[in-house]
Amino acid sequence: MTIIDLIPSTIRMTTPLGFAALGGIYSERSGVINIALEGLMLIGAYGYVVGTQTTGSAWMGLFVGIGLGILFALIHAVATITFHAEQIVTGVAINILAIGITDYLTPAYERVEGLPEWKLPVIGTYSFLVFLVPIIMLTSHILLFKTPWGLRLRAAGESTEALKTLSLSRANWQFFGVIMSGILASIGGCFLASDVHYFSEGMTAGRGYVALAAVIFGNWRPIFGVAACLLFGFASSLELADLWNIPDQVLKIIPHVLTMIVLAGLVGKSRPPAALGKMES
Amino acid sequence: MNIRLIVVKLSIYTFIQIRKLLNNCYPQLLATCGFFLLCGLVLLLRGQNPLEFYTTIFVSGFSSFDEFGSVLFNTTPLIFTGLAVAIGYKCGLFNIGCEGQLNVGAFAATLVGMYLYLPSILLVPLCIGIAMIAGAMWGAVPGILKAKFGAHEVINTIMMNFIAVALTNFLVTSVFQEPNQMIPHTSQIYENARLSRLGNYIPFIPKTNLLNDSFIIACVCVVLCYIFLKYTRWGYELRLVGNAPDVAAYGGINPGVVIIWVMALSGGIAGLAGVADVMGYRYRFLDSFSSGWGFTGIAVALLGRNHPFGVFAAALLFGLLNKVALDIELLLNVPRGLFLAGQGLLIISLVCLERIQKKNR
Repeated sequence: MTIIDLIPSTIRMTTPLGFAALGGIYSERSGVINIALEGLMLIGAYGYVVGTQTTGSAWMGLFVGIGLGILFALIHAVATITFHAEQIVTGVAINILAIGITDYLTPAYERVEGLPEWKLPVIGTYSFLVFLVPIIMLTSHILLFKTPWGLRLRAAGESTEALKTLSLSRANWQFFGVIMSGILASIGGCFLASDVHYFSEGMTAGRGYVALAAVIFGNWRPIFGVAACLLFGFASSLELADLWNIPDQVLKIIPHVLTMIVLAGLVGKSRPPAALGKMES
Repeated sequence: MNIRLIVVKLSIYTFIQIRKLLNNCYPQLLATCGFFLLCGLVLLLRGQNPLEFYTTIFVSGFSSFDEFGSVLFNTTPLIFTGLAVAIGYKCGLFNIGCEGQLNVGAFAATLVGMYLYLPSILLVPLCIGIAMIAGAMWGAVPGILKAKFGAHEVINTIMMNFIAVALTNFLVTSVFQEPNQMIPHTSQIYENARLSRLGNYIPFIPKTNLLNDSFIIACVCVVLCYIFLKYTRWGYELRLVGNAPDVAAYGGINPGVVIIWVMALSGGIAGLAGVADVMGYRYRFLDSFSSGWGFTGIAVALLGRNHPFGVFAAALLFGLLNKVALDIELLLNVPRGLFLAGQGLLIISLVCLERIQKKNR
């Protein structure tokens, strides 16, 4: 087995992380810390399986998954933006809620249909969601950094007062950012479920936190964020392949150690949005 | 005449106290009641009798000393993690890393208990001390990173959780696994390193009950934390840095130093939750033994308003839920996810209610 053989599994590992990380970037750029990515992914995967089982159509599954993701993101948004609740606490609570609900209403353990696949020369056949990652990454980059619209979203994250001077509502932009994170993270979850064709309890297995690590490692930028996901995805595909005899625990902690190093500013410069997690009093 | 006066005074006093409690704690009480009502409602929707649900909770939790002992047994680790989160929060720090700290602490205690053959009077304190030091070191790292580089402690504690779990998993599966065993756990620790069960010296608790000395340690910890926070210089510094870091710096307190030792202290207390499992229950380190105690600790601290006695009460509630979840599952056929989901909703509604309360003041 060589590195070339790892490409398919790397792509499959990167895709859910990429979606969740892009979602996390929207939320954090608008100034709302989103620890709930894990829960949003889980509920997305759950929604996909339940939707597909009840309607028999993978598209409806995707729809239900995204719908549940939006619903959960809305809970986070209302609690943090409307009520100014502690963002970390609500994030943790949503993760617990997602685990609880998916355990309480576990869908039948049976194979569900996957999402449509596209075949491309050289790269191979993958679910169409895989090809969506680079597209969303580029549009997000343009949207966030090249349009007035993105400037305002980022202004919401950089200062609690900036949007007020334009007589714009910071809350609206933050709502948008959090809901985007719900949509994207739950699509990531849908990919996970459609890839393995079933739902199991806690199937996200910490991927939401790895995506959060990628957001930080990528300095809150879509392109770097997805690049970080690619790196972390490669690490987890190495873990599966058992290449080079590296203990899989070492590969597992790579994203977390790297993130801590970057966040401490030991390598490179980490600059989170200035008003991340701050609410006007 | 005199007695009547005393009775009247006492009843007025209790009335005022109760009103004060209601005024201060109504978000907590409301959220808790809401939680139980919601669970009842869910059962009603399932076509089951909600009353049966409440009686099952009561019977399974309080019907005998044996049952109540098990509730306290389930409460013990939550007291430690709840205290750990609460102490950090008082200083304005979020310690989400209890899960990692208790894993590291448990592993350190296991190693000492497995390899050092000492008399019990030396070995038990040594194991506890080592576990606290290990947890403290694990907690101090995010503290140092915050104090030195301004890195957010929440992210770092989360990352340290994963590192701790991976590290202990590696050590358990490839170095210290019990020979000829498939289960990823270590060999047992020496008899001398074990905490004795309360049933051994308290007559009305059966000897088979799992409740052990770690519960006593937890109670002592609650009282010590209360005294520490309220009556010592360090407690004052801690609260000052949490409430007004600028004032603290102006008053000659170095906030960075306080942040580091508070995170270490918080990690040390979280490490004790590992002690409760290793030295009080399993007598060995089992891979991923903690069922989310670190995260429940956040809910416990929140519900207990970050006050040591409040933490104790909240831990009791969550310990009760953990204990009865199994009986609810067996007797009423309700998956335990119901409690988890309810906990999530409880936390969210609680933080919102607290905000409303603050606004109304």
